[in-house]
Order: sequence, then C-alpha cells, then structure tokens
Amino acid sequence: MTMISDVDHPEGGPRKPVLSLRGISKHFGAVSALTNVDLDVHTGEVVALVGDNGAGKSTLVKILAGVHQPSSGTIAFGGEPVVLSDPSTALGLGIATVFQDLALCENLDVVANIFLGRELNPMRLDEVSMELRAWTLLNELSARIPSVREPVASLSGGQRQTVAIARSLLTEPKLILLDEPTAALGVAQTAEVLDLVERVRARGLGVIMISHNMEDVRAVADRIVVLRLGRNNGEFEPDASNQDLVTAITGADENSVSRRASRRRAHQSPELGR
Amino acid sequence: MTDDAQRVSMTRPLDRSDERVKHTDTFGNMFSAFVDRVRSGDLGSLPVVVGLIVICTAFESLNPVFLAPNNLVNLLFDCSTVGVISLGIVCILMVGEIDLSVGSVSGFASALVGVLWVGQDWPVAVAIVTALVLGAAIGALYAFLFNRLGMPSFVSTLAGLLGWLGLQLYLLGSSGSINLPYGSPLVNFGQMLVMPPIVSYVLAAVASLVMFVTSYRTALRRRQAGLSASSLGRMVLKALLVTVMLEFVVYYLNLGRGIPWMFGLFVGLCVVMNYALTRTKWGRSMSAVGGNREAARRAGINVRRVYLTAFVLCSTLAAAGGILAAARLASSSQQAGTGDVNLNAIAAAVIGGTSLFGGRGSAYSALLGVIVIQSIASGLTLLDLSSSLRYMITGAVLAIAVIVDSLARRSRLSHGRA
Repeated sequence: MTMISDVDHPEGGPRKPVLSLRGISKHFGAVSALTNVDLDVHTGEVVALVGDNGAGKSTLVKILAGVHQPSSGTIAFGGEPVVLSDPSTALGLGIATVFQDLALCENLDVVANIFLGRELNPMRLDEVSMELRAWTLLNELSARIPSVREPVASLSGGQRQTVAIARSLLTEPKLILLDEPTAALGVAQTAEVLDLVERVRARGLGVIMISHNMEDVRAVADRIVVLRLGRNNGEFEPDASNQDLVTAITGADENSVSRRASRRRAHQSPELGR
Repeated sequence: MTDDAQRVSMTRPLDRSDERVKHTDTFGNMFSAFVDRVRSGDLGSLPVVVGLIVICTAFESLNPVFLAPNNLVNLLFDCSTVGVISLGIVCILMVGEIDLSVGSVSGFASALVGVLWVGQDWPVAVAIVTALVLGAAIGALYAFLFNRLGMPSFVSTLAGLLGWLGLQLYLLGSSGSINLPYGSPLVNFGQMLVMPPIVSYVLAAVASLVMFVTSYRTALRRRQAGLSASSLGRMVLKALLVTVMLEFVVYYLNLGRGIPWMFGLFVGLCVVMNYALTRTKWGRSMSAVGGNREAARRAGINVRRVYLTAFVLCSTLAAAGGILAAARLASSSQQAGTGDVNLNAIAAAVIGGTSLFGGRGSAYSALLGVIVIQSIASGLTLLDLSSSLRYMITGAVLAIAVIVDSLARRSRLSHGRA
C-alpha cells in the first residue's frame, strides 16, 4: 500500500504526459462524435473518462486503440506526435486496450489467451517460457487464477477481467485503456478489478478508465475528465461532489440527483454539505 | 504474508501454489480426474473407443472374418483414402466453417489424374501435382468467396459440390471411367505396397521412443523453470504401454499382408498436422479464430489468412484423398467421390472428436474417426447387406455422433469448459 501512494503523488518536477491529445475531432458523416477534445495522461496516473451514452468516450478509446482515425487533431505519445493507423501500430507504441467484452477466446487456456497473436517461437511454441511469463504477470497483479492450463470458459468474470488485463500488460505498454472494466462484474469482482487498476498504476503506467459507475471512478481515479456531446466538459478531482459531476455529465442543473442533494442539504446541518 | 507466499512458492511448483485446484499426481487421482472430465462433457477419444469395442464385438460375432488380419489390412487401405479427406475436414471445422464439396473435389482430382496421366500421357507425378494445385485453387476460391464476398461456406461449398461433380463428369466424357494401368507405381501404392515387417516394427518403436524423449525433455524444462512436471516413472510407464500396444498391432497386421504404405502416409500426415495445429502459432490462430473470431482479430491475427489456409488445406487434402482413391480402385470413374464419401469424411472428423462448432479438434480425430466409419462399412459389406441398409446405418451413426458432440458441447458450456 505504501508503494502505491509513492507513485500516487510523485514529488518534484513537472510531470510529462505520456499521452496528450489536442483538438481531436471525429466525424461520422454528418455526425460529430468528437469535437476539439483535449486530454492528457501522465505516468502513474489513472484518468477516468466519464460521460453519458453517446458522449464519445468509446470513440475516443477506439481512436487511441487505432481502430478509428481522427478527422483532425494531433496525438502525441511520449512527447512525439504519432499517427495510430491500425491496432497493431497502437500496440507497437505501447498502447494496450482492454475491451469491454474482453475479447478472450473461451476455448483456449489462459496462457494461450495472454499470448494470442504474440506467441513465442512461432514454429515451435515455447510453452514453458510462455507459462512462466503468464504466471509472472498474473502474480504481479496478485491475480487469483487457480490454473493457467484451464480454458478461459471455466473462469469467473473477475478472473477473465484479470486475464484480459494481464494480456494487455504482456507487451510492456506505457498506457492502458480500460473500457468499462467493471460493468459486468459483481461486488467482489469489482473490488478485485479496482485493486488491479491500482496495482497497474503502481507499476507506473498511465491508465484511462471508462466507467459509468461514479463509486468506482472515485475509488481509483486521480482525475475525472467529463465528455459531453463529444466535447470536453470539465475536469474534476475525485472528491468533487456528485452534483457537480452529474451536472457536467448531463449538462442540466435540474435533475433528480441535484434535487435530492438540495433537499438533503436543506434537511441536514449546513456544515455536512460540500 | 509475502514471506508466507514466498515459502509456498519455494516448496511448490509455481503452477501448484493455489490449493483450490485439484491435481492429478497419483493414479487414483488420474482416474477420478478422467471421470470428472468425461462427466463435464470433455469426452476426448472415449466415444471412439466405446464405438470401436461395440462395432468389433457385434461384427465379429456375426462374421468371424471381420477381425482377421487381412480384413483389417484391407480396412487400413480403405481408411487411408477417406482419412486424408477427413484430415482436411478437421482443418476447416477447426475454424468453425464447413466444406461440403470434399467428395466432389476428390472425384474431380481422381478424374483429372486419369485424364492427364492415361488420356494425355502426362508423367504421373505431373498429373498428381496438377490435381493437387487445382485442389488448392478451389480452396482459395472458397476463401475468396468467404473473406471478400461474405458468402457462407455452407452455401459456396454446396455450389461447389455440384459444380466440381459436373466438371468431373465432363472430364470423363462419354466413356464414364478411365482404368489406371495395373502394375504402375501409383496403383501399386494404392493396392499392394506394404511395409516389410522389420520396417513396421522399427517405425512403431521409433514412434514411442520419440514420444518418450519429447515428453522427457518437456518435463525436464518445466522442472528447471519451476513448474510442475509429470514424473519419470509415469512417462516410462506410458511409453512402455504405447510401445507394447503399437508393437502388438503391428505384429497382428503382419500376420496378414502387413501395414500398407498408404496407411503410413496417412498417419504421417496426421502427425504433421497434429504438430502444426498444437505446436505452431498458425495452429493456435486456427483454434482462436474458431473459438472467437472477433477476439482473434483484435489480438492482431490476420483472420482472413487463417481462413484461407484452412480452406486451401481442406481442398488440397480432398484432392489428395481423391488421387489415393483412384489408386486404390485403379480407375477414375464417375462414381468416385460421390455417394457417402462426403459424409463419411465429415462424420469421421466429428466422431473422432472434432467439434462442428469450431475451435476444438485434433488431427488424430480424423485417424480415429475414419477407423470407426470404415469398420462399420467393412462389417456391413462382409454381412453382404445392400447399399440401402448400409446408407441407413451409416446415416444413423453420423446422427448419433453429432448428437454426442452437441450434448457434450452443452455440458462443457455448463461446466465452464468451452
């Protein structure tokens, strides 16, 4: 735990962003999915990307994963301007993506999934080295996987998430994109995944996490970036009030959350309100 | 706590540090693990073994010739032709697609060899290579239709089934069949050539020796790397068992004419295919594409190329099987590749344990499955049953095999074994 807080608040010197987006726009025909979006991610930082449905979060992640190309704007990775023309370019640069549906092959075992497409020794698979590396990765994440030789189908949702994250760590990435990492998980597994995110940060990687769940976002994020209708709509500290966040996300001051919060404030003593 | 974890990992292999996993270190454990596996729907080669025992007892009691060495030798000759086709079917089933035209492609290849070799006086080797290349081209065509035009393989190969049959009939023309010359190397290979006994004994011994050495070296590497590995005693025992079994089979067949070289070729192809499917990156990609195509694509696998290799291999092996069938029958006829060839090849792969649903299979399923299918065919022929009955019985066996596959798959899904 002490290790994490060291990385959490690095001392001295301005931090260099590992990734910085400037003026990213993306049009699908007449629709502008993203307009002039700016985003910075530093090493050892978890940036939560929140927003309503259709806010452009997934489009942004797909641009970073090399699936889509931005219509305009620049991407700088590690200080250098880059063009992410396809998924393998992004992977090669060190941008790993854990997709919302995890994209695992259930019929293959854990080792095969972690090394899928990047097998050691293509003409004579080096199973021993791959298994060893898989265990190292999983242990680094303190994963609780009983056996790496069982097909992924036998794993629980949380364990699969762990495997997907371990796979993204295989290539020694500098930035990890997590698309809704906790959406399909139960309480215990969610805690496990959030724990994983903290450990990934402790390794000094930049993390972009998309989530709809404000609890999760507050639990791990260092910074919350709100997108609304394809535009930046504010940056928040994780201790920002729910009302501010919901306002930024929905763009409406008047909604059930804010009404309820104001009712509660009216009932309770003023010093408890933020 | 970390000290504790370290101590555990020092005393136990890395992959055995989780106490929730049952491990099969003793023979009692091995047996119960096997029962567990079967109950959860991971049948492996169990259906084949059970099927073969049933078939052998039934036919042997009806006609004692069935298990006679020479009948079994003939059986192996017949197995090789359909078996090679079935090996291609294993490839295409691995990626979750199907090729319904393998029978027609094999018939087309056999007709082509007949026409080019006997009709046009081409050298036999050139005729064979031409047929194989055209087989590969057919597979490439299917892959193109599938990859670029999104045509389901079921439909494109059904069209191919008719198309190549038509081409076969066109090639053979009015005569309807071409006799291949007796005494030529190709026909000898398909009908006569057997291994000298000493060669077959040595090959069987070498096979089990290679098996032992590979598993020994793997175990050594695993132990050095701090992973669990099977014990030397178990490996020796396994190797001895395999040696005794193989040598007995060889001995029994040598009581008859001996082991056909054609069967040797088929087994060799199975071994190579097994290596390619299990120990290479390509094989891993095949399983991945069959299991979850989208995941494979996102992992950076060139999915289209994987499909291309699967279709090309399937059609090429179908053509090879057709050439072997022509050699076996010493003729290229209009009947070659028609009737039950298609279904036998597909049934053999499925009976052997390759799933129709993609992502699961093994090259050896072609070998095991085709022995079951051909045993049934041979037994029914010995009983002098008409084709009508043979077709009905073979159809029923295929239906049962697919039912077993579907049920096992459902059970695997509910037991989390994919």
